[in-house]
Amino acid sequence: MKRLLFAGTTIAVLTAAAASWAAMDPIATRQAVMKNNGAAMGALAGMAKGEAPFDANAANLAVRVLFNGAVGFTDLFPDGTQTGMDTEASPKIWEDMAGFKAKGVALEEAAAGVIATPITDLDGVKAALGAIGKTCGGCHETYRVKKDG
Amino acid sequence: MIKRIILSLIALALIGAGAFWLLTAPGTLSLADLPDHEPDVEHGQYMFYAGGCASCHATPGSEDKLALGGGLKLASPFGDFYVPNISPDPEDGIGGWSTLDLVNAMVKGVSPDGSHYYPAFPYTSYQRMKLEDVIDLKAFMDTLEPVKSDVPPHDLPFPFNIRRSLGGWKLLNLDGKRFEPDPSLSDQINRGAYLVTGPGHCGECHTPRDALGGLERSKWLTGAPSPEGDGKVPGITAADLDWSADDIAYALETGFTPDYDSLGSSMAAVVRNTSHLTSEDRAAISAYLKSVPGQ
Repeated sequence: MKRLLFAGTTIAVLTAAAASWAAMDPIATRQAVMKNNGAAMGALAGMAKGEAPFDANAANLAVRVLFNGAVGFTDLFPDGTQTGMDTEASPKIWEDMAGFKAKGVALEEAAAGVIATPITDLDGVKAALGAIGKTCGGCHETYRVKKDG
Repeated sequence: MIKRIILSLIALALIGAGAFWLLTAPGTLSLADLPDHEPDVEHGQYMFYAGGCASCHATPGSEDKLALGGGLKLASPFGDFYVPNISPDPEDGIGGWSTLDLVNAMVKGVSPDGSHYYPAFPYTSYQRMKLEDVIDLKAFMDTLEPVKSDVPPHDLPFPFNIRRSLGGWKLLNLDGKRFEPDPSLSDQINRGAYLVTGPGHCGECHTPRDALGGLERSKWLTGAPSPEGDGKVPGITAADLDWSADDIAYALETGFTPDYDSLGSSMAAVVRNTSHLTSEDRAAISAYLKSVPGQ
């Protein structure tokens, strides 16, 4: 019961967040989603590095945040949002939208894989961090350009 | 009188051309310069990762980062370079090269047929490497699979398409010195300095370049515009990067910054190499970077 409530709350929070993002500018939304992804990866990495105690609920919630961050993310790059707000989106996104979208799917699938068999111990955190983390760099390598040095 | 002036001018031109020819002649090492060293394939593999060879030479898009078919296009202000095939294929790659050939390529920037390489190949950094490390690297590369590929020639406008003129560039930028540890610094910092300045060739992107494309050593590792023209390569000195030594080592291991952004662009490929290094070596790199004051 407790578990169901937890999952229900999570989904409610995420849905509300998604709804409010949708009303925002696509670039602002992209940036907010990436901040959330960073926070979620940080929660997992903190446990993996032994800086935070293992917490299965927090770890699985972090993975769900990452899944939610991936769903629809690559739709937030319509024509006309190539520049502005210090976006670090690379022009290569618009040159190869299909390749870019595939990278989004890679994150979605990596996170979905962990959701299907939830994390129950620290090794699970490390495995999730590796599997999901690989997809972050995998996309940033081609489709993100650092501007602030 | 006129005839005399013309003759003098011709003589001067000939002397000038002769001087240019001598000064720009590719210099190489001979077999006698190589140390007596039994090649260590396993350590050669380690140097392969420390040197980041696959970052440029792996066939673009291939999952197999040991398929060194080349072909990656490197855009630069001087034109477009196409990375060569360095797999052991005898026709398309470097199969048939001797160990001395690889040593001369890496520390002298000279090909087996005696012509200059363009410094897109970072031999101004690789010249700092211990020759033993290059010999080991050769032994490892010999164990890789040959790859066939058809890499286009470099696309460079005049005068950059004259390879011989690189001899002049080398006079300014290639001093031929191996890495020398600084006895006033710890073994750890010296190890990090070796990895960063030699095989790791970090300065090639993280140090700005002058108008001729030489590294501005007074601005060592203080960051630079991206050579591809879009974005910036960050400074990584103590003054430029406020990360802890542990943060730097963690980023080199996992690709994650202290706020869990993930490193992108060319640095993603670098992390695929540095993640193979020992944690001691990543710590050494961090310790060295923290010891470079910056500006």
